[in-house]
Amino acid sequence: MEKVKIGVYVCHCGTNIAGTVDVEEVAKYAETLPYVVVARHYPYTCSDPGQELIKKDIKELGVNRIVVASCSPRLHEKTFQGVLREAGLNPYLFQMANIREQCSWLHEPGPELTEKAKRMVGAAVNRVARHVPLEIRAVPIFPATLVVGGGIAGMQAALEIANSNHMVYIVEREPSIGGHMAQFDKTFPTLDCAACILTPRMTEVSRHPFIRILTYSEVVAISGYVGNFKVKIRRKPRYVDEGKCIGCLVCQEKCPWTALSEFNAGTGKRKAIYTPFAQAVPNIPVIDTEHCAYFLKGKCRACEKFCDANAINFEQSELVFELEVGNIIMATGFDTFEASSVPQYGYGRYPNVFTSIEFERLCSPTGPTEGHIILADGRQPESVAIVHCVGSRDKNYNEYCSRVCCMHALKYSHLIKEKTNAEIYQMYIDMRCFGKGYEEFYNRISNEGVNFIRGKVAKVTDEAIAEEEKGKLIVLVEDTLLGTMLRVPVDMVILCIALEPRKDANEVAQLFHIGRSADGFFLERHPKLDPVATMSEGILIAGCCQGPKDIPDSVAQASAAAARALAMIARGKIEVAAVTASIDETKCSGCRICNLLCPYDAIFFDEETKVSRINEVLCQGCGVCAAACPSGAITHNYFTADEIEAEIEGVLA
Amino acid sequence: MEVLSPYKEAADVILEAGGEPLKLCYQCGLCTGICPWNMVRSFLVRRIMHEAQLGATNFGSEDVWTCVTCRACVQRCPRGVEIIDVMRAVRRAVASLGLGIVPDALRISAKNIAGVGNPLGEAPEKRNDWAKDLKVKNFASGTEILYFPCCVPSYDADVKTVARSSVTIFNKLKINYGLIGTEVKCCGESIRKAGHEDTFQSLAKNNINLFASNGVKTVVAASPHCYHTFKNEYPELGGKFEVIHITQYLASLIEQGKLKLSKEVNKKVIYSDPCYLGRHNSVYDEPRKVLQSIPGLELLEFPDAREEGLCCGGGGGRIWMDTPKGERFSDIRVEQAAAKGADVIALACPYCFLNYRDSVLSMGKAETMQVRDVGELVAEAMSI
Repeated sequence: MEKVKIGVYVCHCGTNIAGTVDVEEVAKYAETLPYVVVARHYPYTCSDPGQELIKKDIKELGVNRIVVASCSPRLHEKTFQGVLREAGLNPYLFQMANIREQCSWLHEPGPELTEKAKRMVGAAVNRVARHVPLEIRAVPIFPATLVVGGGIAGMQAALEIANSNHMVYIVEREPSIGGHMAQFDKTFPTLDCAACILTPRMTEVSRHPFIRILTYSEVVAISGYVGNFKVKIRRKPRYVDEGKCIGCLVCQEKCPWTALSEFNAGTGKRKAIYTPFAQAVPNIPVIDTEHCAYFLKGKCRACEKFCDANAINFEQSELVFELEVGNIIMATGFDTFEASSVPQYGYGRYPNVFTSIEFERLCSPTGPTEGHIILADGRQPESVAIVHCVGSRDKNYNEYCSRVCCMHALKYSHLIKEKTNAEIYQMYIDMRCFGKGYEEFYNRISNEGVNFIRGKVAKVTDEAIAEEEKGKLIVLVEDTLLGTMLRVPVDMVILCIALEPRKDANEVAQLFHIGRSADGFFLERHPKLDPVATMSEGILIAGCCQGPKDIPDSVAQASAAAARALAMIARGKIEVAAVTASIDETKCSGCRICNLLCPYDAIFFDEETKVSRINEVLCQGCGVCAAACPSGAITHNYFTADEIEAEIEGVLA
Repeated sequence: MEVLSPYKEAADVILEAGGEPLKLCYQCGLCTGICPWNMVRSFLVRRIMHEAQLGATNFGSEDVWTCVTCRACVQRCPRGVEIIDVMRAVRRAVASLGLGIVPDALRISAKNIAGVGNPLGEAPEKRNDWAKDLKVKNFASGTEILYFPCCVPSYDADVKTVARSSVTIFNKLKINYGLIGTEVKCCGESIRKAGHEDTFQSLAKNNINLFASNGVKTVVAASPHCYHTFKNEYPELGGKFEVIHITQYLASLIEQGKLKLSKEVNKKVIYSDPCYLGRHNSVYDEPRKVLQSIPGLELLEFPDAREEGLCCGGGGGRIWMDTPKGERFSDIRVEQAAAKGADVIALACPYCFLNYRDSVLSMGKAETMQVRDVGELVAEAMSI
């Protein structure tokens, strides 16, 4: 084996590091360490001249191991590994010492910072001396993409990819694609009708030769890795033969059984055999077995009798099948905040307290009132209070701002003014109208005559203390600009409820091996520079599953996720790091603990030899098995015990 | 028009006195909307927070002393601001730095507490006189439980019954308990909320040393205020002992089968949650369990009970200050109790007892509405 020659490069990162760490002293110290043949400090090591410096040393001094002491490996490990590769070295003969995030940015300035930086460099030097070249494999990318969720974000991503003639599967758990946007009446700030812009999209998706829509279906298992995912889909039985159904919906008309309509947010009824809304895609109904008399009591079958196409099939069973895809785009959307968890606002207790999504349906011509804004008793409201930040910006519920509520609250003012003569009160904490055309919209709605009251509502009550309050809902709030308590009697209260992570976000995150941020939404790889990727290669996120956002932002993020997937498809293959684990079969006791822990199903038990084996193609090098193995039989080739001990010794030196 | 300038020095004084949490306030006004004062008069909690942020506090205003520290606002605050800590900090700035005037009634109580160890100004050696005829032992080695009756039942002729009923129950059940000597002082909870930090520190140190030297391991407290400070504030000063509120203790005796209630008390009883037992310490169920164990007793609830329970008006030092008629929360409570058809208001706090007693008398309802401690009702159900 050739002699180990280490080059150390201490980065100033402008003043980020050099401002508090004596980089010259760190470099001088590094020069005294074993195997180090050169140690330099440089203002921006990641810059072209910085990279050239490393290349030159590799060529001229025969340096064959590199340590860069700079920022986080998340930021520049790939950059410097590229330098090694270009200079003809194996990129794994490299180690980074993060003296910025873990040192100069972390502590109060003082001489200890330089001391800490020295030890971190010492650890990296000690470790890199023991690195061995690792093999890099090129794996072909499967060109199809899976989009999970058929809302506006999912449809956008699917169309972007499919338009380049690559196959896309959309998996949607509801009977129709469309998502939340299909429930909205109008969209801010342009006030164009949501259905008018959404349904052409839905049709385009359904007719696209490169898109296959799988509604009423869910992902139940996933294996493989970037470029080569195997996804197991469970298709729930519709009890309607999709090949035969012609979408006449006579069955829906004739069905005598009803349930609360999910699409109408519980404000109206639907049948037991139903499509969620008139423009549903596909236009094929499903039977809700929890409300169908045939499934409950064994009698009825009215739908079957009236179906001329003979499409009703009570014997249909669920279908489980597998898809192979190279990339997965998560577009699973959001759930709305449960308004009754703020008992003082009276939701569920007073019939004229509505949530925002209920109000959307009330406004919609396809909703339960055919677009008439009416109270529970059928009267038109003479006054309406719109309460902002219900479940948002509140440590007791969700600390974050839901971003869309100020705008839809303004939209509601307009819709109410358009259809009634009601007086409108908006109770807000701060008006956040940040998007393109949003402030102008605020201006327009103000001009239409809306009362803005700055204060968070304390209570909604029906206890009248004055004649004019009788029969009304009274909204108690401090007008913080006047500095006085107000009692505002109104006929209707609309609660602008928070956008929340899906109830099953945790299970879904575990299924797809992606993380969640503190707010519960899916975690992006980098909040600014990589908001569409996740920490799992090949799994991308778009829309409200990553955090509350409006339609333009959802669509933009979906297009970005699609571009990322397309880039991968265009490359055709991906280099997979040879960072894997291996099992020393002579030490393995066959306990199978690793089999169960492996998140990639890469470990299997060999019944003949009674030991576990690792499939290196599937192994992602996460290291869980190596950490858990009670016999110490598993070695991770980039985190060997020898390397870790060397690193610790370097710190303690 | 009056023009104000932010006054950093004043803001800093409040911050240093423990007003740190106000930095989080985003001025939504929810606290004002929730504050019970706004049922009877204007009290802009939000404005006080903002004035403190800018150092624009009017230290001479009576608003400095208005907050009853009931915690209704803190419980709902969307930013988790410990508003009571801010109120206390403003009061500290007045009391210790002389930035304003301490109201007379409060000043006298504070002087009494600092001088003789109780707010009533009574002689320390008379502290245990209420128990003279009840064969109560002094706490000694081997005693399991220290009963701590609070200054009000110790000295106030009408409220004595709170302490007397409890020790009568203990005697009947042969509980191994005792009273600590007359060196004990006021727990200091309320005087601390009223801004007198130094007084609190010296009271707490006195009591902690006294408890420690007597080997006290468990304290049963009659007042939620004593309970609160023993449980949540004394540990920081080195006072480490188990604290149980009397209603929790009675509930545990009932659960263990040691306390059996046989005599019917055929009354409609409505229970008022004390702020310092309920919102401050989340004890809601035990007092109700005790009352529900009494045969014949019908337990009623106020329209706003438990987390929403209305304060009696006596917290934060307000117990020593006069609240004009028309602004007394306990008056509202007595009306509510009557509307619910109750004939007894059951209480678990000596301050509540004082306020409700005054309300019933001043409203001329003494004939139709009784004010009773939970322990008193238990004693009645034990035929003692």
